[in-house]
Amino acid sequence: MELKSNVPEGPLAEKWDNHRFTSKLVNPANRRKHSIIVIGTGLAGASASATLAEQGYEVKTFCIQDSPRRAHSIAAQGGINAAKNYQNDGDSIQRLFYDTIKGGDFRSREANVYRLAQVSNNIIDQCVAQGVPFAREYGGTLANRSFGGAQVSRTFYARGQTGQQLLLGAYSALSRQIKTGKVTMHTRKEMMELVLVDGKARGIVTRDIITGKLETYSADAVILATGGYGNAYFLSTNAMASNVTAAWRAHKKGAGFANPCFVQIHPTCIPVHGSFQSKLTLMSESLRNDGRVWVPTKPGDTRRPGSIPEDERDYYLESKYPGFGNLVPRDVASRNAKEQCDEGKGVGTTNLAVYLDFAEAISRDGEATILRKYGNLFQMYEKITDSNPLREPMMIYPAVHYTMGGLWVDYNLMTTIPGLFAIGECNFSDHGANRLGASALMQGLADGYFIIGTSIASYLGSTKQDAVDSDHPQFSDAKKQVQGRIDKLLDCNESGPDGKLTVDEIHKELGLLLWDHCGMARNKEGLEKALTELPAIQEKFWNNVYIPGTGEELNQSLERAGRLADFLEFAEIMILDALNREESCGCHLREESQTEDNEAKRDDAGYSHVAVWEYQGDRGAPKLHKEQLLFENVTPSQRSYK
Amino acid sequence: MSTTSINLSLEIWRQKDSKAKGDFETYKLTNISTDMSFLEMLDVLNEQLTREGSDPVAFDHDCREGICGMCGAVINGIAHGPEPETTLCQLHMRHFNEGDTLVIEPFRSRAFPIHKDLVTDRSALDRIIQAGGYVSVNTGGTPDGNSTPIPSATAELSMDAASCIGCGACVASCPNGAAMLFTGAKISQLSLLPQGQPERKERAMAMVTAMDKEGFGNCTNERECEAVCPKGISIRNIARMNREFVKASFF
Ligand SMILES: Cc1cc2nc3c(=O)[nH]c(=O)nc-3n(C[C@H](O)[C@H](O)[C@H](O)COP(=O)(O)OP(=O)(O)OC[C@H]3O[C@@H](n4cnc5c(N)ncnc54)[C@H](O)[C@@H]3O)c2cc1C
Ligand code: FES
Repeated sequence: MELKSNVPEGPLAEKWDNHRFTSKLVNPANRRKHSIIVIGTGLAGASASATLAEQGYEVKTFCIQDSPRRAHSIAAQGGINAAKNYQNDGDSIQRLFYDTIKGGDFRSREANVYRLAQVSNNIIDQCVAQGVPFAREYGGTLANRSFGGAQVSRTFYARGQTGQQLLLGAYSALSRQIKTGKVTMHTRKEMMELVLVDGKARGIVTRDIITGKLETYSADAVILATGGYGNAYFLSTNAMASNVTAAWRAHKKGAGFANPCFVQIHPTCIPVHGSFQSKLTLMSESLRNDGRVWVPTKPGDTRRPGSIPEDERDYYLESKYPGFGNLVPRDVASRNAKEQCDEGKGVGTTNLAVYLDFAEAISRDGEATILRKYGNLFQMYEKITDSNPLREPMMIYPAVHYTMGGLWVDYNLMTTIPGLFAIGECNFSDHGANRLGASALMQGLADGYFIIGTSIASYLGSTKQDAVDSDHPQFSDAKKQVQGRIDKLLDCNESGPDGKLTVDEIHKELGLLLWDHCGMARNKEGLEKALTELPAIQEKFWNNVYIPGTGEELNQSLERAGRLADFLEFAEIMILDALNREESCGCHLREESQTEDNEAKRDDAGYSHVAVWEYQGDRGAPKLHKEQLLFENVTPSQRSYK
Repeated sequence: MSTTSINLSLEIWRQKDSKAKGDFETYKLTNISTDMSFLEMLDVLNEQLTREGSDPVAFDHDCREGICGMCGAVINGIAHGPEPETTLCQLHMRHFNEGDTLVIEPFRSRAFPIHKDLVTDRSALDRIIQAGGYVSVNTGGTPDGNSTPIPSATAELSMDAASCIGCGACVASCPNGAAMLFTGAKISQLSLLPQGQPERKERAMAMVTAMDKEGFGNCTNERECEAVCPKGISIRNIARMNREFVKASFF
């Protein structure tokens, strides 16, 4: 596997211009002769589909949900960054670039991140023109707020529903192209396999979720915009259907998978309250501006928080990190919460929670002020937990939130398979080992609206391809393979459910294994243990899962089983990748790599690279490749929050 | 947070596929934690059915945070259940009592054929948007975001309408099966903003025509839609749509 980043020549600030100038184009009259498949209608997929159709290509777009508007992107709350410097507070493209690359702990590619910062401003203009109702100042100009990891105010927002509004904007552009006939929209169709012809991505196999019918579609290029893999952990803040299947299928056909162990764990989520829990809800981290985090000093203290006196409370973030206190970065806050609970000091019915207390802020600023700032969050919290944060401290716990790892792509967002592109959360490109708040929405729309069009033209303009349709034998072979996999899944049914496990039971087991050993703090011993325990769970799944119903109908258990089958295989490279990276960086503490005062220690000499895994067939161990990261414009610095 | 457990009797609409006739089936559930969400309660039922070798109840859901608009069913005659401004996924079992019987049906409407159990086909709503629920701008070449000031109050009013999650509860609860709240919300969002002005008339005409063509009914001011809307979308949006439509037809 060759990793050619294809970063253009020239000074950093001129690379994107140079690239656009030297890239091949496709003549407008010829574009309609080319068809392109886009999988996914989140911010990345919807924006790419609309844009490519506007440019004249024939686009076929697919999603799992019943409407393209329901993709997981819809749930993003906080906002989207751009380097507009509307606040005149010293922001610039250079600063957004620097914040993003530093936030990622110097594990991403300079040229890609710089381009992201460059196009960020176009995104805001585009969305405003579509009628996205961003928050405004009284004078009518766009409002901004500040977000973690930045000292400038550059985040644009639409109440707490920014993802929704941006996605509805992209969905409206997509709808317009569906109307013109340039996009054929296939909802409730899940991609099950990628089809290669002569080594190039030429199509897909899908399963119709309503009828179970397998279908094949061909095209001149395939774009994956299928989101992140946080649901490998079973519990996460991701939507229920978020999965790794499309990316994993591509991986098995030759696409390198980069940094699979880079997963962001968000510190302020509503804790798990029972074994029936199906997903975790994020609470904005802005709450840490006024809330104080604490646990009882005595392990196993079951008194109500109000009955625990001051001197029996441990405000552990404030005492350990006097400089930043409750505002330490996401990973530090998350790790410390888990540590406290591991020591038996967790609170709530499951002992897997810490308090986030507003009492002091309320007595200082008054209820009205606190409610003005956090009213809607308090309401949401009360709806779910039935407890009022004005009266009792909130309980919070970290949860899996975002995956920085993903399919390896070059500067053109093309994977190691020619003609297969990956955009949005499903690629690895811009966030290194940690993503800053409000940057995922920016990246998804940058990729879809402003970057992929150039890449597609450049690829199609420089690649000779024969016409291929879905009668080609590669398509029928791929379809047979998919059918075989489904039959195998349903094999266990014959003897009935007795003594068998449900899909979710096995998924929870996988989730726990990853959470315990491949979560925010890792060590060699735990990771090796996870590697030895994984095969047993895989085996249990293939021999002992019970999936009711058939493959020829709407069968939600079968859908989940198919996704879990891929998570189970994928987990191996997650753990291997974590084991291999013997440094702490970004979101993760590698316990063996700490400073004297227990802070994360990065190892630039050993690990300043992207770790890219190559699939070696069913029996061979995955092969590791490295893309060395070169920093010509910034100097990697060590973080310190003491 | 006080956790208790309740026992429930569920009467759920079961229908194998779009052609099957369908009927209610009764299920008993014991020991349901009141901290569960309604969908988690259905998960528990489905795990139970799976272990018994029966077919689990199919239902749509994705975000489970009240924003994607994918979930929805009618609970004891009310779309999304008894809590105001709450989607089914955000409805918690503490709002029910020991021994309750819950009748659970899909969103019913002429325009929403049933696929299976509680899963319906709401693609008609997408086709209304395709008819004109957008501003016709291509990617690129748009003016600077601050070039047209928009009063904060106007942006907020537009945002109120834009909050619609497209779940279809309004349609399911309307005695006429109208999609006016849904369509009105999109027309309002765009007609309030300067960006929506150039296509204002065409948009209103096209979307209202598409709505009629899909077989949705007419509004007779029952206000049921507003009452069940999980996002509190106001029927003022319907009035605004009607004004837009009349203006588009006559001027
Ligand atoms: C609760 C929450 C809050 C967040 N808040 C913010 C925020 O404030 N700011 C920010 O910048 N980021 C935020 N994020 C992150 C951000 O929302 C996501 O990273 C981003 O939306 C991902 O977009 P995407 O287009 O890459 O993928 P997604 O939106 O995940 O879309 C994936 C698409 O792929 C389709 N798909 C997947 N697999 C298949 C398959 N096999 N076959 C067919 N279709 C398939 C799905 O149907 C869907 O349409 C938040 C995330 C969460 C969970
Ligand atoms: S599942 Fe998304 S709104 Fe209920």
